[in-house]
Amino acid sequence: MTHRTERLLTVGALARVEGEGALHVSVRDGEVEDVRLRIYEPPRYFEALLRGRRYTEPPDLTSRICGICPVAYQMSACRAVEDACGVAVDGQLGKLRRLLYCGEWIESHTLHIYLLHAPDFLNLPDVLALARTDAALLQRGLRLKKAGNEIVEVLGGRAIHPVNVRVGGFHRLPTRDELDHLATVLVQARVDVEETLGWVAGFEFPSLTIRHEFLALTEPDRYAIESGTPTGAHVGPFDVAEFEQHVREHQVPHSTALHATLDGRPHLTGPLARWNLSGERLPAEVRALATEAGLGPRCDNPFRSILVRAVEVLWAVTEAQRIIEQYEPPSGPALPVPPRAGTGYGATEAPRGLLYHRYDVDEDGLVRHAVIVPPTAQNQTAIETDLRAFIQTRLHLDDAELTRQCERAIRTYDPCISCAAHFLTLAVDRG
Amino acid sequence: MSAVARTPRLAVWKFSSCDGCQLTLLDCEDELLALAGQVEIGYFLEASSRELPPPYDLSLVEGSIATAADLERIRRVREQSHHLVTIGACATAGGVQALRNLAGLPEYQAVVYARPEYIDSLDRSTPVSAHVPVDLELRGCPIDKRQLLEVVTAYLADRKPDVPTHSVCFECKLRGTTCVTVAHGTPCLGPVTQAGCGAICPAYGRGCYGCFGPMETPNTRALLPLLRRDGVTEADAARLYRTFNAEAPDFADAARQATEEEAG
Repeated sequence: MTHRTERLLTVGALARVEGEGALHVSVRDGEVEDVRLRIYEPPRYFEALLRGRRYTEPPDLTSRICGICPVAYQMSACRAVEDACGVAVDGQLGKLRRLLYCGEWIESHTLHIYLLHAPDFLNLPDVLALARTDAALLQRGLRLKKAGNEIVEVLGGRAIHPVNVRVGGFHRLPTRDELDHLATVLVQARVDVEETLGWVAGFEFPSLTIRHEFLALTEPDRYAIESGTPTGAHVGPFDVAEFEQHVREHQVPHSTALHATLDGRPHLTGPLARWNLSGERLPAEVRALATEAGLGPRCDNPFRSILVRAVEVLWAVTEAQRIIEQYEPPSGPALPVPPRAGTGYGATEAPRGLLYHRYDVDEDGLVRHAVIVPPTAQNQTAIETDLRAFIQTRLHLDDAELTRQCERAIRTYDPCISCAAHFLTLAVDRG
Repeated sequence: MSAVARTPRLAVWKFSSCDGCQLTLLDCEDELLALAGQVEIGYFLEASSRELPPPYDLSLVEGSIATAADLERIRRVREQSHHLVTIGACATAGGVQALRNLAGLPEYQAVVYARPEYIDSLDRSTPVSAHVPVDLELRGCPIDKRQLLEVVTAYLADRKPDVPTHSVCFECKLRGTTCVTVAHGTPCLGPVTQAGCGAICPAYGRGCYGCFGPMETPNTRALLPLLRRDGVTEADAARLYRTFNAEAPDFADAARQATEEEAG
């Protein structure tokens, strides 16, 4: 291989990721020249179609950006619209939102761990192949995933594009019977997730160390999910209203997703960022199990993010149990949110990372301008930078093996390409 | 199916969409193992890195046709498939992204991209049936899990799937849900929307927002005064119809009716 001066690797369509993407790598004289994660998912222009819609519509409309994490879109949209209208939804209503979000984390992370990512560690084309060799293991994953979906179904009405979320809260509150049912489901989920963590801990992780800026929401006394302050590992905390000054997007020719940087540096958002910025705020029992699974206080290897996802599912299960146990019905399913002219900002932690929305609402309650920055768009520059380093040390591999390893590396970031291609803000082209 | 006894080959294709409808298949947690034993996955990029060659006995197609490349690809998928079933509002009606059909692509691109010339995008987002013959359209944003399983098992058994075309009102009656419009004056598109979801929204105290698209013979003109009575302006009624199934002809007409009433 070494005598070749030029080498091109192409993955035409990435498998086991959400959405449509491809990879292009060029190597010249033993140096990786160019790495492009090409996103060809057709653009759907959400920021344009939101203009002129009523201020109550963004939660339903933006959930359609992503079928894997619709709750994340609904939560960020609600927060941004409520911020514009000067209303804060907290107390038990806020806890119910957190419970709903825990359901999505369990479902989405378990989908990624078992169905999208684990086949790479098991050398299988897909997890359905396990049906013949280890059906019990596959059933455990599906049961855990279903537990997350059941939470979303009870709180949201259905697992994909829930209908029960509204600006101000919910259309109806869950009954005690429904919550008791979830509590029963979660007892088994707790067993399943601990076994999952033990299983994932036994995987063999390729080595790769990254030194990006990390970005995640943080809260003083708990793991941030449905609220919190955007915090950069180096940049420090900043107000969500300043998000667009810190995170800048620009368009590149090879992608329908805009690329983003944090204060000029590539940054990573998602499980690794959350773990490194907020891991110490997890309950002691979760941290103890994480340590037992081999996860240190800091994690700089993206291949190990599957481990962080498993810890986050464990946390989401325990957090859901806690919320259900302590639940007292609020006085009504939603707070009144009358429209008023203004700008609102909202950020929450989607399973894949920080998801930011901004809406400018006019005095008639119509959306004048919308900005959505999804996690995968933020991660794209970091992923390309990491792939460059990853490939450079593996140039001795033949094309087929190197391509396979690149695909695998991309899947560690759990890119949600459907999300990434569907945003955007007024872009500055630096190309 | 062919007379030769072999495992039917299933393919799942994605066009312009959110992935939610194909995820519905992976959300069949209780049935997935049984299903995996009945069919061979020929192509399902979201779930498997393995591809088997065509022909495919059943192709499930998610997403609308929104780029020139997709236009070519859907023709190839049709040629390779014995049965082609479109799944979800994007594939059956152009989806929420078809809202651009009303406004015009250049205006939309200017909002989102500084350099629209980098982007491969057709002027309109259209349903799959506008380009190739489709054997069955399964509605919903997203589709319903039980309906999906009914369709897949029906094709495996070589029988016609039972997919009703009546309104959501029937499902409220079946479920025993009190009518939200009659009892609470909640605006609801249930009377003009196709059944299939199980009438989830009214069961949650919310009016139907039409994500399964129009029923077979919707009387949208008769619904308009009811919506108005319950506080929905003509402009809001037009927006309601112009959401996830804006390009379904009956909903497009209903939105026009509302707009005309507003102007007149």
